[in-house]
Amino acid sequence: MKGMTIIVKTISSWVKVLIFLFGIYIVLFGHLTPGGGFAGGVILASCYVLLMLAFGREYAEENLSLPVASKLDCVGALLFAAVALCGLLYGAASFFWNFIHQEYLVGTDYEFNLVSAGTIPLSNIAIGLKVGASLFLVVLVLSMFRPEMSGNKED
Amino acid sequence: MIVPLPAFVAIPLGTAFLLPVFAKRGKAVATVLANLATISLLVLAIASIGQTRVYEIGKWSIPLGINLVLDGLSSLLLLAISVVSAAAMLFSIRYMEQYTAKAKFLCLFLLMVAGMNGVALSGDIFNLFVFLEIASLASYALVGFGCEHEELEASFKYMVLGSIGSIFILFAVALVYGNTGSLNMAYISKAIQSSGLNRGLTFALALFVVGFGLKAALVPFHAWLPDAHPSAPAPISAMLSGILIKTLGVYALVRVVFNIFGISVSMGWLLIALGLLSMVAGAFLAIGQWDFKRLLAYSSISQLGYVVLGIGLGGLIIARDGNLAWASLAILGGLFHLVNHAVYKSLLFLTSGSVQMSTGTRQMKQMGGLAEKLPVTRATCTVASAAVAGIPPFSGFWSKLILVIAAIQAHFYWVAAIIVFVSLCTLIMYLKVQRYVFLGELPENLQEIKENRGSMLVAMVSLACLCVLMGLLLTPCLRSSILDPAVQVLTDGVLYSANVIGM
Repeated sequence: MKGMTIIVKTISSWVKVLIFLFGIYIVLFGHLTPGGGFAGGVILASCYVLLMLAFGREYAEENLSLPVASKLDCVGALLFAAVALCGLLYGAASFFWNFIHQEYLVGTDYEFNLVSAGTIPLSNIAIGLKVGASLFLVVLVLSMFRPEMSGNKED
Repeated sequence: MIVPLPAFVAIPLGTAFLLPVFAKRGKAVATVLANLATISLLVLAIASIGQTRVYEIGKWSIPLGINLVLDGLSSLLLLAISVVSAAAMLFSIRYMEQYTAKAKFLCLFLLMVAGMNGVALSGDIFNLFVFLEIASLASYALVGFGCEHEELEASFKYMVLGSIGSIFILFAVALVYGNTGSLNMAYISKAIQSSGLNRGLTFALALFVVGFGLKAALVPFHAWLPDAHPSAPAPISAMLSGILIKTLGVYALVRVVFNIFGISVSMGWLLIALGLLSMVAGAFLAIGQWDFKRLLAYSSISQLGYVVLGIGLGGLIIARDGNLAWASLAILGGLFHLVNHAVYKSLLFLTSGSVQMSTGTRQMKQMGGLAEKLPVTRATCTVASAAVAGIPPFSGFWSKLILVIAAIQAHFYWVAAIIVFVSLCTLIMYLKVQRYVFLGELPENLQEIKENRGSMLVAMVSLACLCVLMGLLLTPCLRSSILDPAVQVLTDGVLYSANVIGM
């Protein structure tokens, strides 16, 4: 796969940063604005899918290889489980208990701050990581498998 | 011991995501971790016997939050799931060496266990659907794990039919939510009791029956099972036939019909009809099979019919305001048969895996005389066959006996006759297995085969011991702590909602 024309490549190399930043914004502000971990993760993955379409699969794999994406995927899930487990260990001792209380964070006007809502932003980040990595993996694996189906049999 | 209920889902889920981190180098570590997870689940399941609790996740009280409910039926299911999964996991230590990507297999296996535990514990109907999908998706991938043409075809067929079932269930959940304004099972039940069934809810019930019927492979919906179960690797066949169709199908169906909607006379008859149809059709189809695992798969359909028949008979008696003791006996027979079948059918699939690994074939016509070459496999397979056919000291006899007694007590003589007749057919099919696999002439090309030792034998022998000892569950002490609370949940019916809300 060699990728697309020079026009597409140039424009993609400009917008890829913006898309990635927008994805991060959606993940981080998930508890304040519409969006959140899942939506942000999809946008993050779409940034890599754009790279894959414009420059070819090898280029995207150089940026984020399959083993690394697979590990990020697992780390996201484990992080989410860790947040849930911390709720079991601290405070009211309940699974998924929001153990970071508002009052520990900022002074009086903590509403609508970036750092607020306790564990929700942490969970959003975990889900963003998980969804972004696994969606990228899905597209990557689908594009890898196609040429091999017609040729030799896979393991 | 107070077990935090989310542990049943969190332990397998957490371990499943930890395993791929070890990648190829840590195959041994991954195997040990996965076995530790299933064994710890078994310990937790035993520790939670006899408890009845509601767990509110994140301290959000119902109906706002999501709750997990542990009652008699759930803990019976959890026990069965953890016994079968621990044995299958032990078996797969050695068996899965034939395949590549063992870590991925263990990861999917644990995801399936997490999904099933979640289904058994969930007190929220949408979460039940989510866990059901986790378990189903993992099983689609596991059925096609060998990546051969036949396996991928079976997996695709299973996926299409399974997804249709899931969509039916999701649609029914949406209808229930639209008509009652709640997703919590206890509150849905309360709303239905106060306002009665309207057309939307009746339609939802019909969709539930079809959706869960597809997952349980009851006879009109069974087309995927005879392909999917034989194609999977043996430990997965054991999980699918042993416990997955029961948790996702029978348990969920029974929970919805008895505890949410409340049993009615027509629903009782429907369950009896589905049960009888599955029993008879499954048995007849099984007798004609020459593929070892395919025969076992058809036999699963037939045996699952017993479970649904027993529960349906009990439900019918309850709905007619009949004698509650008769109803309890019928339901006890059904649930006891469910647990028994989980043990002996998973054992049978494990022995078939052992035979397949040694001989390299599943066709019974190419086998014969394996008794001397595979003595332990032969012994365990004979025990399991005796149990499934209902030979007295073994487990299957007791549950079938209870079902027959219950049917006669309730004056369903023809049902009792069919139960005995299908039992005879079951005996015929397992005599066929014994005759063509273990007795007779040893073919030329199988002179050199050896039995696989190690973990596979441990798993098979321990399940065989359970097969012999399961009859002890009927002794008053064990019965009152394990079986009776499960029966109580179903005979209580819609009292479930008052129990859960009151806790």
